[in-house]
Amino acid sequence: MSTLAHVLEEHGLATIALGIVQGQLESTAPPRGLFCDFPLGRPLGKPADPEFQHRVLAHAFGMLKRTEPGIETFEEAISDDSQVLTCPMPPRAESDDHPAVVEARALRPAYDRTIARYGDRMGAFRLMGPDDVPAAIATFAAIADGAAWKEAGIPGIPARVVQDIRGYYEAAAVSLADHTPAAFEAARWFQHETETGRVILQAREQMKEQGAKQGLWQYLVSGAVAD
Amino acid sequence: MSESDVPSPSSNRVKQFIDGLEPPSFENTAFTTPKPLSECTVAILTSAALHHPEQPGFDPRDTSFRHIDPTRRDFKLGHWSQDVDQVGFGVDYNVVFPIDRLQELADDGTIGAVADVHLAYAGNQFEVEGIRLDSGPEGARVLHDAGVDVVLLTPV
Repeated sequence: MSTLAHVLEEHGLATIALGIVQGQLESTAPPRGLFCDFPLGRPLGKPADPEFQHRVLAHAFGMLKRTEPGIETFEEAISDDSQVLTCPMPPRAESDDHPAVVEARALRPAYDRTIARYGDRMGAFRLMGPDDVPAAIATFAAIADGAAWKEAGIPGIPARVVQDIRGYYEAAAVSLADHTPAAFEAARWFQHETETGRVILQAREQMKEQGAKQGLWQYLVSGAVAD
Repeated sequence: MSESDVPSPSSNRVKQFIDGLEPPSFENTAFTTPKPLSECTVAILTSAALHHPEQPGFDPRDTSFRHIDPTRRDFKLGHWSQDVDQVGFGVDYNVVFPIDRLQELADDGTIGAVADVHLAYAGNQFEVEGIRLDSGPEGARVLHDAGVDVVLLTPV
């Protein structure tokens, strides 16, 4: 981000770079940098809070009055430590399928409500669609139960498939919760409170034990929510 | 698992990793002094890999950029990192791409105008020379030709 700030200024454009990682902002030293101690993914701090977002912008644009390069810090920090979403799970149909697969099917109406209300903006579903989620979960459930990971039929690079599964769950969580989830609150709920999250953790351990390369199993879980 | 059992989950861990990466260095810091903000045309440049549905998404090492149309709201978050919260953007795109806030500032005269074009790149790049020497200057020319004076850069 700061690299682009340097380039733009060289071309006669004035810039203000928001930065969430303080050390990186300081080391790359953009012409005007505003350190915002916010969670990764939320550079304006708070979704659905125009007043807060305007406070960030007011500070940022105020830096245009500077007469020399420098970094400033926004007055308020937002922590994303430890919140885990609690929300009611929809009833599941009677089925002989794996509980994680049944759970995912039951979440589909909640997922659809979120997409209908907010649009399909989140990063999920670059490899598959929501209809494909239960079958993808079944492949990880098989691995968790001891199947060879290379033969389980994961429909793509494992971490990217999990990213789509997690996106499906997080979108559903938005409609199941009674508030806008804090950063990673829904991700932690997915990872630690749902059947599928637990399946992914178990599959991750199985892949590790089966000798899969670290890059293939490590990124099945976000570093922001991993043990 | 109860909330108290979850082991220190935080993006601070990811931030520490990013902090350890070797940053690019610039011998001189260019510094452009703009005209008064109320006369400036303002654009947003984000590294969130935003794109419109009909535009190609970003590959993980993609150093190109997409033009973002400020009259549309069908943005897609294309960032590959799983260490970025996506729910906030899913609920309110302004938390990454504050286009509605910019329009409000233009309406009340705080800024001169919202630019007709905004840009999105893909962050999470370990090699930035392609951006520094190629797509960065190209993006600067796009913004310059669109009459942009000030650029707000937003990461994820």
